Amino acid sequence: MTSLSPAAIAVTGLRKSYGDKVVLDGIDLAIAEGTIFALLGPNGAGKTTTVQILSTLVNAASGEARILGRDVTREPDAVRDLIGVTGQFSAVDNLLTGQENLNLMADLHHLDKTASRRRTAELLQQFDLTDVASKPASTYSGGMRRRLDLAMTLVGNPRVIFLDEPTTGLDPRSRRGMWQIIRDLAAGGVTIFLTTQYLEEADQLADQIAVLDHGRLVAQGTPDELKRLVPGGHVRLQFADPDEFQFASQVLDAPARDESSLAIQVPNDGSVRSLRALLDQLDHASVEVTSLSVHRPDLDDVFLALTGQPDRERTTAR
Amino acid sequence: MTALTLAVRDSNTMLRRNLLRMRRYPSLTVMLVGMPVVFLLLFVYVFGGTLGNGLGGPAGGRQAYANYVVPGILLMAIAGTAQGTAITVAMDMTEGIIARFRTMAIFRPSVLTGHVLGAVIQTMLGLAVVVGIALLVGFRPNANLIEWLAAAGVLAMTAVALTWLSVALGLVAKTVESASNLPMPLVLLPFLGSGFVPTESMPTAVRWFAEYQPFTPIMETLRGLLLGTGIGGNAIAAAAWCAVITVVSFWWAKAQYNRNTAH
Repeated sequence: MTSLSPAAIAVTGLRKSYGDKVVLDGIDLAIAEGTIFALLGPNGAGKTTTVQILSTLVNAASGEARILGRDVTREPDAVRDLIGVTGQFSAVDNLLTGQENLNLMADLHHLDKTASRRRTAELLQQFDLTDVASKPASTYSGGMRRRLDLAMTLVGNPRVIFLDEPTTGLDPRSRRGMWQIIRDLAAGGVTIFLTTQYLEEADQLADQIAVLDHGRLVAQGTPDELKRLVPGGHVRLQFADPDEFQFASQVLDAPARDESSLAIQVPNDGSVRSLRALLDQLDHASVEVTSLSVHRPDLDDVFLALTGQPDRERTTAR
Repeated sequence: MTALTLAVRDSNTMLRRNLLRMRRYPSLTVMLVGMPVVFLLLFVYVFGGTLGNGLGGPAGGRQAYANYVVPGILLMAIAGTAQGTAITVAMDMTEGIIARFRTMAIFRPSVLTGHVLGAVIQTMLGLAVVVGIALLVGFRPNANLIEWLAAAGVLAMTAVALTWLSVALGLVAKTVESASNLPMPLVLLPFLGSGFVPTESMPTAVRWFAEYQPFTPIMETLRGLLLGTGIGGNAIAAAAWCAVITVVSFWWAKAQYNRNTAH
């Protein structure tokens, strides 16, 4: 049975525009069951629209999208049975308590009384909300509300979960807590589709990443594959003395050099072995290096290289 | 589970949500019941003496006017609650939880039926309070039990019709402010009908409108049931108006709720 199981999410040629503005311009995706997929992109790239189409909230103009083999446009109710959605904006009822919000979900999933009581108690515990269960959601902090939101999504045991910017606006501690929850869900076999603007988040969580820019996917792959797209792993050597700088330039065989700041960039993958080789080389030649820093390409480089956004912070820092 | 049991079950769940919300946020209900009570007291104790004499009945005065004005006040109470429903629905649509409901495999219109059922219960409770106060200030109906039940039926039917209309208006409204303005004419309709003075006393154009607008046959039917005046064709006209408003508003509301999306 598993050998025939379709991709959790399969998307081909998805397009959507609002008026003249093209929001999605032909998206293709294939996401395996039980994996975490991150859709990465700047504001306005089309991330939320993608989630809205895949979660049956909005119809696509053209293209096809299937969740576990079910078509989102033709069999929306079958899809809704399989998915859980936590949108960008809090989807809890503020006038109800945490417990009542969860009960509402249990009723809508047609759980019987015993199952409902068990499931809601379990989720309150898992999301650390037991103490505030009888308080109205309007009194919750941002992190608590986000946890309640996700707990409500999980009441029906969905097999595919959409999380639209799940950690936007959370403090670093709540963010890490949310990451752990997401990892645990994936470990339990749930497929997770998340959108984020944070590269670190995609890097931390995702098995596969796709980068969305102006409605097009500009890259797809594992975090490592994406990092390989951008060359530029190097070691930067800083010198105090111009003579040492000249000498090192010769020894290291015409590397990239910056005369004014007396610095040399040597291509290096940053591994211990290659670093040791470089240091040995410098030792043998008795070159005096003031300082050394290793630069590995991260998703920021990939993101900025692919989405073509100006990177002022980095250029001034370098 | 059949489609019908699903529909009933989900609507019932949404009804409980709305009743819970009303209990948590009672000020709106208090305001909605308060407005017709204020108008009742105003019309009985301020205008009642003079207006009652103008009715031309044998008794006249405040007492006669108290009897005359109650059906109009009851419709005003229904229209006022409908306005509240439009606001509540518009507010609800701005909340993220509606997006969540749309992504769940539930009976889709249950969000709306929950609002309607909740608002109708709210309206009937409000009407009971208004009738109670009316009795205290001199309303003297001569209805028997059957007539009371029939009157309650007419009120419920009207409440269902106007509530569906207000749900549609709440969905059409782009903002909560416009949702509160759109149903405003409903609150004025009892005045432009037989609610506060007999239509015979109005100039021709106004009178023509007053006699053919939906609230007049409803108010005349209530008057007939509670006070024994002639009903004639008004009952059928009232039922027809309510049926048409309910059906049209239901489809309108459903279309609004489903716009842009897979149903």
